[in-house]
Amino acid sequence: MNNVVVLPILIPVLTGIVLILVRSLTWLRIIGVASLLINIGVTAYLISQIDATGIQVLELGGWSAPFGIVLVADMFAALLVVTANVTAVICLLFASRTIGEKRERFYFHSFYQFLIAGVCGSFLTGDIFNLFVFFEVMLISSYALIVLGATKQQLRESIKYMLVNMLSSVFFVVSVGFLYGAVGTLNMADLSLRIAEMGQGGLLNIIALMFLFVFGLKAGLFLFFWLPGSYSAPPAAVSAIFAALLTKVGIYALIRTFTLIFYQDPDFTHELLGWMAGATIVLGTIGAVGAKNVKGILVYNVVASVGFIIFGLAAFTEGALQGVVYYLLHDIVIKALLFLLGGAFLIAAGTGRLRSTGEWIRTYPLLGWLLFATAFAVAGVPPLSGFLGKLLILEGGLRAGEYVLVGIALLSSLLLLYSIIRWFMEGFWKPRPEGAPAGGETRVVRSLLMPCVLLLAISAALGLGAEGLAGFVDQAAHTMAEPSVYISAVLGE
Amino acid sequence: MNMNDVILRTATKVITFIILTFSLYMFFAGHNNPGGGFIGGLITASALVLLYLSFDLESMKKVLPVNYIAMTAIGLLIAVATGMGSFLFGAPFLSHAFGYYDLPLFGEKTELATAVLFDLGVYLTVVGITMTIILAIGEDQT
Amino acid sequence: MELLVAILIGVLFMIGTYLILTRRLLRIILGTVLLSHGAHLLLMTTAGLKRGAPPLLGEEAAAYTDPLPQALILTSIVISFGVTSFILVLAYRTYKQLGTDDMEQLRRQEDE
Repeated sequence: MNNVVVLPILIPVLTGIVLILVRSLTWLRIIGVASLLINIGVTAYLISQIDATGIQVLELGGWSAPFGIVLVADMFAALLVVTANVTAVICLLFASRTIGEKRERFYFHSFYQFLIAGVCGSFLTGDIFNLFVFFEVMLISSYALIVLGATKQQLRESIKYMLVNMLSSVFFVVSVGFLYGAVGTLNMADLSLRIAEMGQGGLLNIIALMFLFVFGLKAGLFLFFWLPGSYSAPPAAVSAIFAALLTKVGIYALIRTFTLIFYQDPDFTHELLGWMAGATIVLGTIGAVGAKNVKGILVYNVVASVGFIIFGLAAFTEGALQGVVYYLLHDIVIKALLFLLGGAFLIAAGTGRLRSTGEWIRTYPLLGWLLFATAFAVAGVPPLSGFLGKLLILEGGLRAGEYVLVGIALLSSLLLLYSIIRWFMEGFWKPRPEGAPAGGETRVVRSLLMPCVLLLAISAALGLGAEGLAGFVDQAAHTMAEPSVYISAVLGE
Repeated sequence: MNMNDVILRTATKVITFIILTFSLYMFFAGHNNPGGGFIGGLITASALVLLYLSFDLESMKKVLPVNYIAMTAIGLLIAVATGMGSFLFGAPFLSHAFGYYDLPLFGEKTELATAVLFDLGVYLTVVGITMTIILAIGEDQT
Repeated sequence: MELLVAILIGVLFMIGTYLILTRRLLRIILGTVLLSHGAHLLLMTTAGLKRGAPPLLGEEAAAYTDPLPQALILTSIVISFGVTSFILVLAYRTYKQLGTDDMEQLRRQEDE
């Protein structure tokens, strides 16, 4: 029993509730940022505990493991929680400069905190129905955030976003129902144990596919048709936090279910994951290269990276899983950074269409070079983060004999680099065409660069400090590769 | 509303109190029997909706100047705080305790449970959120 | 009994799917509502439609039904209630602001 496990969920929930009652704009911002900072501290403490004594488990309400709901903080989940909170703080800094007073008054800060609570809860829960509940907490907050402000485009896109997610929630409930009918438990550790006993036959494979569909839809794995529209509708800060966290939660759920629960028949499930990942990479890359405006480049970069992470899961060796952990941490930071840069650029240039921009390097040299550095971080050039993760995933892919997919992944890295460099060249270097819209206020744009610099610094720290991180990542990947560690920690046998 | 709703109004005055009493009964019956904060809250909300239907929004705002969003927040706060109360006793989050006490008015061996506090939070939240939803839909007349 | 409920679930899913494939926004929302009803019934049925006393203290019956699926369904119903009311308001707002509830006209336009 360790009550610290629940704190990363409780702190944002409490803050969100308190923020409903707060009226002053200054206090809204201060309390919001402070709570996320506290959350980072608490999670760091949690990580030190996990490092010292292994996986931390909390049985809610004192109901013991297979019967009650458990929260399980293993190293993987804790690392994700801390990265998510760090990114969330920085996006919040960006948000309070751009989001506008009207949105802030309409409970933006509360929904933001509830979103973080849902994300942290999804990472920490050890019960598959509870995962559904935290997914919904996260999604409902995201519905509110995506529509807040109610411009025409937001209304149109949020309706579709909600419908897609409602549908996938229905399928989530259906899959949980089938799973409970077939196995008779919902605790993830107990599920793993029982499925190992009864063998993963045809029925369980079908249930696994249903979960693949549900989580794939949320993660944007192959079923990403909803993603470009919804992620380009809300203001930059909101779509940054969506891109950084929401798809990652789907990815996390996929990784958790396919390393802990449905890992008995990798020839079927993981092979399928591999090809879906390959298709996602290809389609995402094509979208990014073909995009004519900044938002298109941004959203299709998200899609491609989802494919890349799942490719590591499909390779399913311990080395590849280490790569997945590294890359997931990197991707949370870098996607937020990319979207924030995009947001700053949209304000600076006044338009997202690449054709009608240019020459912004004169006004905003820092923004331009930040974008240049980020492009290399996305491609995975050392010393920035992303290099080690990519290396390990590709190595794992080669070991698993997936030569075609490794080739696709390598080629896509190059093309994604090209897609962002194209934005850099056309937006910053090309002579500005006739009739280009006037840019935003210089002072406003300059004030937006601080969060971006912070995120880039974190990305560099993740890359340079990979050695120091290695111990934690090894533990995280080890738990994924050896489900017995997780099971014995939860069920205490 | 212009229609002649004397019957509705007269009936509402009586029925509302019956519903409210029943909702209180449901609230306290909870935990070991069917009932509890959730269903109690829904019943209370239905009584309030009946009031809002038979008397117009403006006069109801004067009679019940309640900010339902704040009510929701307070309810949530109570529920979460009750869960966190277990931290003080070194028990896992959301642990609940109960005991039997002799109280003057309620007779001997009255069961008191901390779950009632949690239910109070749920009750306030449910009433607050249901009314917020219904008023949000209903307030728009144009 | 299981068979009857299974058919009922099938019918609910069928109508829900049909409604989702239409163009009017309100019909699509009704479709998702029916689908979620179907999913809840399915959750109850796959866990087994057992006969027994309700799982309450003081019933002292020989057999109790499994309380877990009921708890899951209650949670799920509350969530879908909240989400549905949200999307209804959203749909109404969209209809008022964009002047249409036809999904064909709610498509994304280029260059935004």
